[in-house]
Amino acid sequence: MPVTCTSKDRSLHAALFGDVDHHGAKEILKELEQQIDRVLPRELLLDCAGVGFMDSSGIAVLLRTQQRMMACGGSLRVVGVPPQAAKVLRAANLQRILPFE
Amino acid sequence: MSFLSRSANEGFARTAAACFAAQLDPTLDEIGDVKTAVSEAVTNAIVHAYPSALGKVTLRLRLFPDRTLEITVRDWGIGIPDIDKARAPLYTTGNEERSGMGFTIMESFMDSLRVRTKIGKGTTLVMRKRFSPRAGVTL
Repeated sequence: MPVTCTSKDRSLHAALFGDVDHHGAKEILKELEQQIDRVLPRELLLDCAGVGFMDSSGIAVLLRTQQRMMACGGSLRVVGVPPQAAKVLRAANLQRILPFE
Repeated sequence: MSFLSRSANEGFARTAAACFAAQLDPTLDEIGDVKTAVSEAVTNAIVHAYPSALGKVTLRLRLFPDRTLEITVRDWGIGIPDIDKARAPLYTTGNEERSGMGFTIMESFMDSLRVRTKIGKGTTLVMRKRFSPRAGVTL
């Protein structure tokens, strides 16, 4: 599984691993949505430090996850974004709607 | 090289392109750009060219003496009805895991991008990127 989740007191921590591309995005999205629906977190901390590669499918994953979090009244924090993935996200101007570190 | 339009081949194609480009002794940033652009182009072929069946995709890589890498991704799929629309940011006909940013990213990571498409015949994408000079590397 390319996502490992732990939760405590309605705070969800999800770590992404491997390649976030079109091939893997569906499975990642499904897992994140299931975890959000189960925990109904106030905050989701999405740790991308283990991501080896990301393309524009990663943008969709982050935006859909943010929408899901907003729908349940929570917020999304994206951290540990490696340089290659950060370049993709910046090319899409994602930092304007979803800050990442 | 030629492969079927299975999504598992996205990783295979971008890794092969990165291996080919390695002879230029590229920076990590440059290799990331190549992998990203190839991933977007091949994903477009897999998702949009062959929406209901598997088809053939080819990836051709060429190096020029001035350290320019040319990447050609070709399919024999349905073609792109409106290329200006397809290139516009956020436009997508794909599913929820697509962002509509593929062309924008290819354009910003490569020096040039040319698209030839014909309805019912297929699409060819030609991208070029010139790599930074490196001492001791001859082609």
